[in-house]
Amino acid sequence: MSGQAESAIQGQGRVGKVFGYAAMVAVLAVIAVPLFWIVVTSFKAHDHIYVRPAEYLPIPFTPENYSDVTTRIPFFAYFRNSVIITFFTAGIKIVLGVLSAYALSLLRFPGRGILFVVILAALMVPNQITIISNFALVAQLGWKNTFQGIIIPLAGVAFGTFLMRNQFLSLPHEIIEAARMDGAGPFKLLWRVVMPLSWPTLVAFSLITIVNEWNEYLWPFLMSDDERTAPLQVGLTMLQNNDGVTNWGPVMAGTVLTILPVLILFLVLQRQMIKGLTSGAVKS
Amino acid sequence: MATVLFDEATRKYPKTEVPAVDKVTLEIPDGEFLVLVGPSGCGKSTTLRMLAGLEPVDGGRILIDGHDQAGVRPRDRDIAMVFQSYALYPNMTAFENMAFALRNAKVEKAEVEQRVTEAAKILELEGLLTKKPGQMSGGQRQRVAMGRAIVRQPKVFCMDEPLSNLDAKLRVSTRSQIAQLQRRLGVTTVYVTHDQVEAMTMGHRVAVLKDGKLQQSDTPAKLYDEPVNTFVASFIGSPAITMTRSAVREGEVTIHGLPVSLDRSTLSAARGDVVVGFRPEAWQVVGAGEPGIDVAVDLVESLGSEAFVHGEPARSHDDATVAIGADRVTFKVIGKTDLDVGDTVRIAPIAEQAHVFDAESGMRLR
Repeated sequence: MSGQAESAIQGQGRVGKVFGYAAMVAVLAVIAVPLFWIVVTSFKAHDHIYVRPAEYLPIPFTPENYSDVTTRIPFFAYFRNSVIITFFTAGIKIVLGVLSAYALSLLRFPGRGILFVVILAALMVPNQITIISNFALVAQLGWKNTFQGIIIPLAGVAFGTFLMRNQFLSLPHEIIEAARMDGAGPFKLLWRVVMPLSWPTLVAFSLITIVNEWNEYLWPFLMSDDERTAPLQVGLTMLQNNDGVTNWGPVMAGTVLTILPVLILFLVLQRQMIKGLTSGAVKS
Repeated sequence: MATVLFDEATRKYPKTEVPAVDKVTLEIPDGEFLVLVGPSGCGKSTTLRMLAGLEPVDGGRILIDGHDQAGVRPRDRDIAMVFQSYALYPNMTAFENMAFALRNAKVEKAEVEQRVTEAAKILELEGLLTKKPGQMSGGQRQRVAMGRAIVRQPKVFCMDEPLSNLDAKLRVSTRSQIAQLQRRLGVTTVYVTHDQVEAMTMGHRVAVLKDGKLQQSDTPAKLYDEPVNTFVASFIGSPAITMTRSAVREGEVTIHGLPVSLDRSTLSAARGDVVVGFRPEAWQVVGAGEPGIDVAVDLVESLGSEAFVHGEPARSHDDATVAIGADRVTFKVIGKTDLDVGDTVRIAPIAEQAHVFDAESGMRLR
């Protein structure tokens, strides 16, 4: 290859790299700048928040905002509610998602195709449309301010069914057949063969579900009025509206505390998500 | 140990006109190694999968030990299958892969241990039992897949092209290992391949399929010596048989312009033209003065101990011969040959070794 052509290719690579990094910086800024502002503000004293020019560092350093959060609202009650709601909603969603996907992909029964289309159709309907009828139904059942009132209407799983079904269908079918011939029943097949092969997708699905449920705002807000059942996301609103002028320091501190559990979970699970497990199953 | 009977077994995929497997009738005695062979799409894999219960039977029956298998689930048929892709469980070690079926069948722990260890010894897998498929070579995975079938001590082994993912050298050695193992265990085996060398060297009997229809099932020698039709004649044997179409006149046929006398009783069965086939070893090189066909050599495959020479017959003016397929002749030379591309050589067929078929039906004339 001539030196000219080589440098042309290198030049191309360099331009590509520049654009790549520029895009990365842009994405990072969109995510990181608000996050940075939240964290900084959470450590600022009240009279240092509304100032011009803006202060980029929290001086004086005011960790009191954090203790403020826990005293001004029943923070731990909200936190407990969030954990309960997320745990059960995500749990139900994951179990139902995996089981329904398994049935729709690997078990044979009449009407399977039609059922899948119906489930897909459910995915097309925005949440906001069903909210009024759901509210009427749940209120009628007397489930306002109860956990089941929050959890059950949220536990529909069209997305999980769709995602996991496609994952199961992408598995090498010879492995499934081998397991069937080896005498594995439906549950053993799912548990010992299908699930281990689908681990990365399952982790991704679980993570998305948990984050979604943790951040769920509108439905719990409609369903619960106080710390008996309301999750953190609703609790933060209470914090905001307590004074005439919102004191953003404690609100931001509360926000940071709310983000933390999800962030930790994400850091723990992300390696599992990336790890591929299908290697060596069949000759590629 | 079991006998297998295909009784007009038919498989027709939905939304297709032609059955993938068309009324296949085949009896496999206990302990036999039967090879199903044919070109791609001939229905051989489907036939095997029907036996394993992975494919429904749309017509006819399949019997194992005299019992109709209709409605019997794969897991209840006591059949072990070796897949082309091996289909090992990647999340399990070699040991767990082999033990999976036994554990599902609630076999006692000590016996599982003993059976897997024994299979590992036979297949030389002892050092690999704690490894997962991802850490193994292709040949090792293939042996684990074999081991998974052996430990079950099933009634029937089904093998679907288990060697096609191995490299050529390993394939040859594994080929004989599998055949030996089958003879030793005595388990009825149905083996699918498209490789006719595998078919000829491994099986007690070979069943040739084409377009879902069984053409012939016989010992390898019989298939080679007495193919029932032109398809079997051309499919079995490598390099392929040379076939030419010819009219019959007073006990003679014309092969590339050369009159050849054949057995009159055979020819008398012909209703019209015949197709005459000569295998590569049924030709001999003759001197320039003798009757024969002049062939322009265009390829020499020398294997050391023998050589296959391919060439095109020189056409004479009055040659009415119609060659089947490519207008070419392939013949065998024992030992080294000094023939080279571009040479012309005179050869003559050995009339006693002719395969004669009816030109219309393609069926063998006897």
